[in-house]
Amino acid sequence: MRKVFNFHGGIHPPENKLQSVGTPIADAGIPPELIIPLSQHIGAPAEPVVAVGDVVLKGQMIAQPKGFVSVPLHAPTSGTITAIEERQIAHPSGHRAPCMVIASDGQDQWIAHSGCSDYSTLDKAQLLARIRDAGIAGMGGAGFPAAVKLSVREGVKIDTLILNGTECEPYITADDVLMRERAQQIVAGAKILRQLIDPVETLIGVEDNKPEGLAALRQAAQGSDIEIVEFPTKYPSGGEKQLIEILTGKQVPSGGLPSDVGVICQNVGSAVAIYDAVVNGRPLISRVTTVTGAGVSQPQNFDVLIGTPMSYLLDKAGYQADKNRRLIMGGPMMGFTVPSAEVPIVKTTNCVLAPTEKELPTPPPAQACIRCGMCAEVCPASLLPQQMFWFAQGKEFEKLEAHNLFDCIECGACSWVCPSTIPLVQYYRASKAEIVQLRKDNEKSEQSRVRFEARQERLAREDAEKEAKRAARKKAAEERAQQSAAAGGDEDPIQAAIERAKAKKAAQQAGASTENELEKLEKAVVTTRKRLATASGKLQQAKAEGSDLVAALQTGVDKTQAKLEAAEKALHDYQQVNEAAPEHAAPTDAADAAIAKAMAARAAESALSDEEKARANLEKLQQRLEKSITKLAQSRENGDEEKIIVALESTVERLSDKVAQAQQQLQTTEGA
Amino acid sequence: MALLRITSPHAHGPLSTSRVMLNVLLATIPGIVVLTYFFGFGTLVNILWGSLVALACESLALKLRGRPLGFYLKDYSALVTATLLCVALPPYSPWWLIAVGIASSILLAKHLYGGLGYNPFNPAMAGYVILLISFPLQMTAWAPPRGVGELPGLLEALQACFIPASFDGTTMATPLDIMKQNNSLLVEDLWQQNPQFGRWAGIGWEWVNLAFLAGGAWLLYQRIFTWHAPVAMLAGLALMAAIFNDGGSSASGGSALFHLLSGATMFGAFFIVTDPVTSAVSVRGRLIYGAMVGILVYIIRVRGNYPDAVAFAILIMNFAAPFIDYYTQPRTYGHQHGEGEK
Ligand code: SF4
Ligand code: SF4
Repeated sequence: MRKVFNFHGGIHPPENKLQSVGTPIADAGIPPELIIPLSQHIGAPAEPVVAVGDVVLKGQMIAQPKGFVSVPLHAPTSGTITAIEERQIAHPSGHRAPCMVIASDGQDQWIAHSGCSDYSTLDKAQLLARIRDAGIAGMGGAGFPAAVKLSVREGVKIDTLILNGTECEPYITADDVLMRERAQQIVAGAKILRQLIDPVETLIGVEDNKPEGLAALRQAAQGSDIEIVEFPTKYPSGGEKQLIEILTGKQVPSGGLPSDVGVICQNVGSAVAIYDAVVNGRPLISRVTTVTGAGVSQPQNFDVLIGTPMSYLLDKAGYQADKNRRLIMGGPMMGFTVPSAEVPIVKTTNCVLAPTEKELPTPPPAQACIRCGMCAEVCPASLLPQQMFWFAQGKEFEKLEAHNLFDCIECGACSWVCPSTIPLVQYYRASKAEIVQLRKDNEKSEQSRVRFEARQERLAREDAEKEAKRAARKKAAEERAQQSAAAGGDEDPIQAAIERAKAKKAAQQAGASTENELEKLEKAVVTTRKRLATASGKLQQAKAEGSDLVAALQTGVDKTQAKLEAAEKALHDYQQVNEAAPEHAAPTDAADAAIAKAMAARAAESALSDEEKARANLEKLQQRLEKSITKLAQSRENGDEEKIIVALESTVERLSDKVAQAQQQLQTTEGA
Repeated sequence: MALLRITSPHAHGPLSTSRVMLNVLLATIPGIVVLTYFFGFGTLVNILWGSLVALACESLALKLRGRPLGFYLKDYSALVTATLLCVALPPYSPWWLIAVGIASSILLAKHLYGGLGYNPFNPAMAGYVILLISFPLQMTAWAPPRGVGELPGLLEALQACFIPASFDGTTMATPLDIMKQNNSLLVEDLWQQNPQFGRWAGIGWEWVNLAFLAGGAWLLYQRIFTWHAPVAMLAGLALMAAIFNDGGSSASGGSALFHLLSGATMFGAFFIVTDPVTSAVSVRGRLIYGAMVGILVYIIRVRGNYPDAVAFAILIMNFAAPFIDYYTQPRTYGHQHGEGEK
């Protein structure tokens, strides 16, 4: 027997698992309408590749991944795309989100697909591609794209591959029945994973309250060197970090990834999905979900199509709406309530819990914290929840961070034991969100400060340029006067005017292109900075949530940082060159023009046309400015995205500057 | 019907604060029964009167602070404070002494600091110390135990409380007093000369302590608190006593067993040191807190001016608890030792 380790704290809530394991996994069938959210995973939402009205076949890709941390979506059955619109989805915030809606045709007709029964012929890249193309995202509940998690960075050696069959949350039995009924596929999935990441050992961790699942796995794993490890039941042993400690005795460093200690974890459900994807060529279009709670008369597990409305599934299990006031997606410890029964089942939905009020009573109002320390005793992260509660109430964010708030995995063990029924986790969640927001705000104000300074600098530079031009003009005018006095004015005025116009145009073009280039560079810097801020915000959040994304995001942030540096350098270089250039260029341009002008006999005429041009220019600019302003107002009214508004605002700002310049120019020309 | 939206977790454990407090109250029963058996109805009358005053004070404070009465009275914390203070008071204390003590506990030590959970000092012990300093005479008058003196009946006990002027009870030095005042006799002789000394630590006292130990053990079994602080306190006290026992000479402070079963030792260990609000929070912190209380109890008992020392030791350590917390933050998962202890 392998030695298993203990982790700090933990609780033993009533398991309530027996209700739903009495019958084998049932097929939930095909609902008339499927709602498929574009974002069911951590990372960027997928991008639709079919249009409303298109007929799709079962297994056909209907949305493609956008970026590295993203997954594609597939039609769970054949039918017609009836809408791509915002629908209510199951998300803690209760938001609506873009979904693709399919009206099923009942044929359940597959698209041509093929697997590879002998996966040993596939190399790592091919395996990974199949997993990515199948749209597999962490089925234990977190929803991290499997292919991302499995792309081990170069030079990182994985000692231990862990399949998580712990399922420590009360009520949920989806993984349990999967182990009982599809142990072969789990083991086959594990073998594929081994081939992919080549670990020293492969473990499947299961709590000792699932003897049937354990037996089935042991039998399926016979003869392979996959080890089935049984350990005592305790919540939350299925937390990735806790499971790693139980099986290896190692702790994942704070803010780090399991691969930092040579471990990769996958859920057993994901293993089955990977097996299906590689061997059968079947994308992830269905999953096993537990429907349970005293609010349904036949609690059981279903094989359900992704996108099936919760109400459809509940009815299959004998839902008694009058008995139930709270629908929970996930388990009673970490699940979240949904706004309505019409939300769809997604790739991460391992359980739909419909408890009665008696079963899970609405929490009574919180009493005072008596500092009994029970919360600290059970905290699997060895935090001091009562102290953090104290600081969270006082919004003492620094102290909260010093007490490692961000290592809280929001398992809810502290709230569960708290005799004063204080909703501790709620406080931590809110504080985390607030801290992340504060950090973002700080970055934002820093950004706008930089932007402001850049603008000031630009204005100063432009003033200087203008001043130089003016000086040059004056000098030219003087020369002109001298020359015309000397030459006696027998030059062809038309020729001179043409030349003058040419010279002017060239000068303008040079100036315009200079400005364009500069603006482009500045814009590049600003947008990259913005992107960096969003990326680091996301990273912080991911860190806060202890999400698996951290590494991926970190690389993103690093890359953006590098880009920003490059952009800043480009801008800087340009400015340096340019600082020299305009001063240079202006006098030469002006000198050329002056020579041309000097060749003209009628100086007065030329002055007039200059003025006209300036005026025309001013008018054009003013028109543009007006247009931009109306556009900005419109998009404000429409409540457009912030990005757009910001962009428009900067356009308006720029144009007003230009108008001011043009006005000045006009004045100078008028004065000249 | 709209669905309820509540954040996780949706399940809750069986324990509630009222339940915790109620269990503490229940656990004091064996000790109170034994106290009554050996010293008469005095303690019982103390508790009844004290509880009434406590409820009145609590209601008044809640009213003044604008809190809902029913909801807060339900946490039973006022009754716990009253019971603990009244157990510690000498039996047959006059009504006003009890009233002053309870009022100090509940109004000053608890509500002035913001109510349950916010009080830095254990309210019962704070009230006790205020009384001890203000009324030393009444506070050190302990009745003789059964078999040594006459035990007053229930009526007399009531009379002692409510018409104190008309009550003329006998009082006697406790074994702890005798031990402290002794500077000439060997411990063995002391034992023989004073009828109050029982088998190990004084007639009645040893059984009272064992009864509180039993109540405490039951609370431990119920997981109301962890073993760390009480065991550390008893160990600290026993260790000090063993070191300075001096073979039972006239300079001896008394044996470890004597100290463990004397005065308020067990009561303090299981009902006061374990008060979660005013002790340290982490496991390491509670070990340190408990051990320090034990050591201080011994020092004050043997060197100080007051007969028993639990109350003083507790108050001193209440001061220190936040510092202990500060330096004993546990190591968070995934962190190195010493991080976060900035
Ligand atoms: S469990 Fe609740 S009452 Fe006890 S210390 Fe923690 S927060 Fe306070
Ligand atoms: S929710 Fe956070 S603080 Fe509470 S027990 Fe879990 S990890 Fe600890």
